[in-house]
Amino acid sequence: MIETVKLTEKQQKARRNRNVALGLVLGGLVVLFYIVTLIKIGTPNPM
Amino acid sequence: MTILDNHDMLGIDAGSGLSEAGARDFFELLKPRVMSLVVFTGLAGLVLAPGHINPILGFIAILCIAVGAGASGALNMWYDRDIDAIMTRTARRPIPAGRITPGEALGFGVVLSCFSVVILGLVVNIFSAALLAFTIFFYAVVYTVWLKRSTPQNIVIGGAAGAFPPMLGWACVTGGVSIDSIVLFMITFLWTPPHFWALALYKMRDYQSVGVPMLPNVHGERTTKNQIVIYSVLMAAAAVAPYFTGLASLGYGIFSGILSIVFIVFSIAVWRMPDGDEKMLPARKLFGYSIFYLFAVFLALMVDHYVPTVMGFVGGLL
Repeated sequence: MIETVKLTEKQQKARRNRNVALGLVLGGLVVLFYIVTLIKIGTPNPM
Repeated sequence: MTILDNHDMLGIDAGSGLSEAGARDFFELLKPRVMSLVVFTGLAGLVLAPGHINPILGFIAILCIAVGAGASGALNMWYDRDIDAIMTRTARRPIPAGRITPGEALGFGVVLSCFSVVILGLVVNIFSAALLAFTIFFYAVVYTVWLKRSTPQNIVIGGAAGAFPPMLGWACVTGGVSIDSIVLFMITFLWTPPHFWALALYKMRDYQSVGVPMLPNVHGERTTKNQIVIYSVLMAAAAVAPYFTGLASLGYGIFSGILSIVFIVFSIAVWRMPDGDEKMLPARKLFGYSIFYLFAVFLALMVDHYVPTVMGFVGGLL
């Protein structure tokens, strides 16, 4: 039997919370780099 | 690996290092209240600088300045965790409260510092990125590690770190430094001592208990009160200086002059406060007013900057 680390409910909730926040930050960075690229290469924003 | 079911009351599992810290705890590490002041004064520098910056790049510049300032706050909390746990004002911060481990805070601070500097350099310009890196280094190392625990002049010299944001905003647009950006720097730089010493007066025991050599505990209340008045007068001169350098109009000069006179009146009230006063009401009032003052001065500078544009637009309509 493989022994694993058991997360408490509070730890699971905190990890989910951190992952959502990190996901939002990474998503924001993708959008940010996309917009900066458009500005830097002088292409008008299609939006 | 072991099966771990228990976790300590501090929110951090001592055995596995599993954290119960949420995103809000990490956000708290960034000192959001200080960050709001940094954003505001940085924005002022960006707005007042001659030249043009793409609004989106300007937004990213302010974001980088804010994150850089927050990162240095996290590094400060990491280093000061021992004294933060003792002082009433700081005991509930994420590290002393046990919600975040020191290692997490250090990693968070270092990563955000690197990110903010690199992105500012790539997106805006190298000079502003270098200045941001220097600001983070100045706050986290020069002030936090070196000055804070060694000299009662800690916040005078260390205050430079908090005064750099308008200079940073200016540098994002111009790629350099000028007399006007130095004047903006001087306003916050000279504002910091009376602001912090007012707080230090009524939190003297806190600082004494952790051995931080603030001016009131080292040289006494009288010297601190004298210094508060002197710095308030110097700050007032810096606050009206943008009118004399041509950065702002006479209207701004009068407005900032009135605000500064009120500041000096508050500082004189502190000076007249009897030594050993328990409540220290004038010091608390000065501390509160000083926050309003800095916001008002930089807001006035920005409003003053846009008045001719608005007037021209209205004139064009008529």
